[in-house]
Amino acid sequence: MRRAVITVLGRDTVGILARISSGCAAHNINVLEVTQSILQDMFAMIMMVDITNCNVPFTQFADEMTAIGEQMGLHVHTMHEDLFNSMHTI
Amino acid sequence: MLNVKDILETITMIQDENLDVRTVTMGISLLDCQSEDAGRLCARIYDKICRRADRLVAVGEQIEKEYGIPIINKRIAVTPVSMLLGAFAEQDAVQVARTLDRAANTCGVNFIGGFSALVHKGFSAGDQQLIAAIPEALAVTDRVCSSVNVGSTKAGLNMDAVALMGRVVRQTAERTADRDCIGCAKLVVFCNAPEDNPFMAGAFHGPGEPDCVINVGVSGPGAVRAALHKAGDCDITGVADVIKRTAFKVTRMGQLVAAEASRRLGVPAGIVDLSLAPTPAVGDSVAHILEEMGLEQCGCCGTTAALALLNDAVKKGGVMASSHVGGLSGAFIPVTEDAGMIDAARSGCLCIEKLEAMTAVCSVGLDMINIPGDTPAEVIAAIIADEAAIGMVNAKTTAVRVIPAIGKTVGEELSFGGLLGGGPIMPVRTQSPARFISRGGRIPAPIQSLKN
Repeated sequence: MRRAVITVLGRDTVGILARISSGCAAHNINVLEVTQSILQDMFAMIMMVDITNCNVPFTQFADEMTAIGEQMGLHVHTMHEDLFNSMHTI
Repeated sequence: MLNVKDILETITMIQDENLDVRTVTMGISLLDCQSEDAGRLCARIYDKICRRADRLVAVGEQIEKEYGIPIINKRIAVTPVSMLLGAFAEQDAVQVARTLDRAANTCGVNFIGGFSALVHKGFSAGDQQLIAAIPEALAVTDRVCSSVNVGSTKAGLNMDAVALMGRVVRQTAERTADRDCIGCAKLVVFCNAPEDNPFMAGAFHGPGEPDCVINVGVSGPGAVRAALHKAGDCDITGVADVIKRTAFKVTRMGQLVAAEASRRLGVPAGIVDLSLAPTPAVGDSVAHILEEMGLEQCGCCGTTAALALLNDAVKKGGVMASSHVGGLSGAFIPVTEDAGMIDAARSGCLCIEKLEAMTAVCSVGLDMINIPGDTPAEVIAAIIADEAAIGMVNAKTTAVRVIPAIGKTVGEELSFGGLLGGGPIMPVRTQSPARFISRGGRIPAPIQSLKN
């Protein structure tokens, strides 16, 4: 299984989870796990997704996620999980 | 299993603390481009570089996007060109430089290194042609970087080469005086030059390297400074531990990029260079790390000790994170490329003599230092000799990249733009070392070289 981490940071607003997860569904990307927290009005969500059957190149998907973030005034980072594994595990 | 804290830490390091991979550098051997005809030699060089590196930038950008890691530079290093020039003239060397520039342009890389000569024990025919051609080659090209190795712990110092390079540095500045003497920002004089250095301007693809290789240079001064800031008032052992932990993470990222780039390009992975490379951007300064440790300003008493700790901790943290470590590996202190160093030089707190002391305990040497335009060639040669002596005796790499600011003097500044930055002209002692430099010959290899 190839997995990616989508991180969403910014001001809380209606429909963040819906927009991001429908963006995933549109490309056959399964959401495996979601952690979210709201501190005051700042929204932080981390989503682990399965990109094994992604129907577009991963870089294109990452660009689309960034674009959704920009439309909603949020920082969205879509990164392959290998980065986190290599930096934080031995 | 990943946890939220680790993920957010990585995002913060990249987004707010300027963590990046500074360079993915492809080393390409040109030894099979040899020809008896200069035109054919250039055609073969161009073809080989373009064939090997045609996907370098695209693959770099792909990795950048997939992993969310900024990869600032994609670059090429080639076999020291002097090794191909034995049968040619000085003008042919310039022609090769133009060819390298054209190939770099075609491949979309911002610098190509390897217009180089290794003369630590003496000059071969090609070395003389190449060194004579450096001022013109750097004046007529934009992307070509040049380096000359004038000494080593094993061979001693070639003082004829040191004297010659003093003159070449001046001529290079004069030839590019209309562009803030930028030629000298692309010219490094080394002692103990590494063959696998991915960083410019000193990168070249050594004769002991494979046909093609990927080397990666990491960065992250901002991430180290931020980690120290968060650690607060811990003791010095605690400071070293924080730096080690951060360096480990930074280097793991570099190792991942090296492995991926190597796999996707079908080229063996060479080394990861464990370096803290600053940029002029705010929050990306090695000087600011030293100041975070507790110095009022970089250059004050205590700077050398703080830098020694930093340099050692970066290596200790990085070495376990990477399968193969190489290149320069350590903290860089290029004055014009580091916002904190620029400020310290402007205020007068940081002087060349202090920088020289700092180079004894860190990576590289007197790097990106603007000196008065009337500095004589023999003084530049003596600066090179001093710095090379530190490298020779301590069995480490040292280098000199000084920029004589033609027509300007202390109190004025040079500005190169981009990663090369800019900064004040620093005073240099004017008493003459001319007689010492004009003696020529070789400083014998130090006793430390006899290790067998």
